[in-house]
Amino acid sequence: MREQVLEKASGEPLQAANRELTYSHAIREALQLAMRRDERVFMLGEDIGVYGGAFGVSDGLIEEFGAERVRDTPISEAVIAGAAIGAAVTGMRPVAEIQFMDFITLSMEQLVLQGAKMRFMFGGKASVPMVLRTPAGSGTGAAAQHSESLEAWFVHVPGLKVVMPSTPYDAKGLLLAAIEDDNPVIFVEHKLLYRTKGHVPEGYYTVPLSQSEVKREGRDVTVVATSIMVPRALEAADLLAQEGIELEVVDPRTLKPYDADTVTRSVCKTGRVLIVHEAPKTAGFGAEVAAEIVAGEAFDYLDAPIRRLAGLDVPIPYNRELERTAVPQVADIVREARALARGEY
Amino acid sequence: MPYQTVTDERKQIETSGLTPEQLLEALRKMHLIRAFEEKAEALYALGKIHGTMHLSIGQEASAVGACLALRPDDTILSTHRGHGHCIAKGAEPPLMMAEFFGKEVGYCRGRGGSMHIADVAGGNLGANGIVAGGLPISTGVGLSLQMQHTDRVCLTFFGDGAANEGAFHEALNLAAIWRLPVVYVCENNQYAMSMPMKAAFPIRQISERAAAYGIPGVTVDGNDLLAVYEAVQTAVSRARAGEGPSLIENVTYRWRGHSKSDRQRYRTRDEVKEWQARDPIIRLENLLVGADLFTAEQLADLGAEARQTIEDSVAFAEAQADPDPATILEGVYA
Ligand SMILES: Cc1ncc(C[n+]2csc(CCOP(=O)(O)OP(=O)(O)O)c2C)c(N)n1
Ligand SMILES: [Mg+2]
Repeated sequence: MREQVLEKASGEPLQAANRELTYSHAIREALQLAMRRDERVFMLGEDIGVYGGAFGVSDGLIEEFGAERVRDTPISEAVIAGAAIGAAVTGMRPVAEIQFMDFITLSMEQLVLQGAKMRFMFGGKASVPMVLRTPAGSGTGAAAQHSESLEAWFVHVPGLKVVMPSTPYDAKGLLLAAIEDDNPVIFVEHKLLYRTKGHVPEGYYTVPLSQSEVKREGRDVTVVATSIMVPRALEAADLLAQEGIELEVVDPRTLKPYDADTVTRSVCKTGRVLIVHEAPKTAGFGAEVAAEIVAGEAFDYLDAPIRRLAGLDVPIPYNRELERTAVPQVADIVREARALARGEY
Repeated sequence: MPYQTVTDERKQIETSGLTPEQLLEALRKMHLIRAFEEKAEALYALGKIHGTMHLSIGQEASAVGACLALRPDDTILSTHRGHGHCIAKGAEPPLMMAEFFGKEVGYCRGRGGSMHIADVAGGNLGANGIVAGGLPISTGVGLSLQMQHTDRVCLTFFGDGAANEGAFHEALNLAAIWRLPVVYVCENNQYAMSMPMKAAFPIRQISERAAAYGIPGVTVDGNDLLAVYEAVQTAVSRARAGEGPSLIENVTYRWRGHSKSDRQRYRTRDEVKEWQARDPIIRLENLLVGADLFTAEQLADLGAEARQTIEDSVAFAEAQADPDPATILEGVYA
């Protein structure tokens, strides 16, 4: 499936099938390719220049593209978002960075009330081709104001697209697709994924937005997981395979617009579904996934109640053990999926 | 710095109105802050502490000088670089250290960590993970103090970088039109992470912005405890008298990287060394000795005493219990 997407999207031959990059390197490569290819693409954000970005993602880009196209801004999130919108609506293709997803709260008005609606309000006569990249998630001990997973907020806003890659391959291809897209796209990265490695082809390719992907096939339980929960679900699947329980892991990759069909097909096959995300459970993206399942064809195929495993409804605590307790870990996925498979719920 | 005679130094201290005991206590606190942060850094290097931290080593005079002008019943708000403010306001190092270790007895029950240490009972509404996050809140504290007809004041610390958030403008303007008892203390340590103050502002001094709100604005040498104290004292008196807010800019420098993951490619070693030569602790010691208030021998052990206090705090913290994960949902709602 993955190779198919690649060929269809890029038309280029696969090179070095075993080329491995980290997630952050894959994102950097996408930024580099996009800026080489299109003069209109530029970056703006805090400490993205000589500092290389808080997580090193833009390391070295200022050397290649200069301070004109890799623009360090003051600490001013409202105008980072607003300047991206203003530049986008007048012919540029900005990629803004908000240093931690938590700080996107300071960009909300510009993103939600301006950028997202501009096209519609103006009768379709304007477009806002911008990307806003931002790292989300806990696990670094940075506590409650540097660990947010706010993706559901943006899913709720008509006019925005929301992308959340889980692998280096997807990160590169989805970012290139997001930059090509003529809409404002919120591109949510995960801090703990930055150092993970995976296969990434050289050269330009896109992964289409709005295509969920089956990351692992299995007959017993469908696990719909996003971002960091995808590798955790895959690890859980390895463990449960030893007990003869086969998980099918589906990664939506784009949360808005969301491709529910892939999940529907999977649930029709397995009849059991566990939805996993890091953000707090209440009104999280998992609620939408569950609603789509019960509202459609898959409903008749359900053999068990839909289970959701998500972050607790609590700010992320500092203490290491509390921090781990606040969000799903591999052992939690194993426990929940096993219970579903055995009918013990 | 121009050469000073003993009488110059005496005179300086006399005009400040501070007693030798107050000055000695200030010096103690500066040592305590330095010792706390040097230990914090070492503990992190040993892997005993997770997360990140922002050290204010080199900026101690700003925290201590400002809090010296406050009463215990005044309130402060602090920043991500907040250990110094916390100690200066009177927090207990063992309980701070316990928070740093994420322990249940820590100031925030292990939920907050370095970036959120607060001593609510002691009038410290906390460090803050959000740049400029404290500014609007401090305006609200000022409003509350005014509405309750007290003569208490609120002092809020923030960095040079914070002055470029929209919140800065809204907070100062509202405080100015309502004449709220708030003292806005900008710690201009030359950089906001990698962004030099010179590149982020089209003006030379951040205090110039006070004019836009019609309030007093002054820039002082933030490594000079007396200068900081006097500027803040003036602003606090104004605030207590119902004359409204002030903006003070303490020019200083952070010796360490921004946080624990800073390669410092945006500045030179020479620049750091130049500022290390203007150590605010040594400066205060020289002042006290130069004014003949204390002998060098009398001050010689203060550093070691502070380090011992911090060692004891670590021993205390390490012996404490972690929070029980079963209590994780406590405290989200009242
Ligand atoms: C709203 C917001 N944006 C960005 C950050 C990331 N950040 C934390 S501290 C910092 C630099 C702050 O500079 P300054 O205000 O000068 O304080 P200093 O670190 O120099 O003490 C940045 C960019 C943040 N915590 N909050
Ligand atoms: Mg600064």
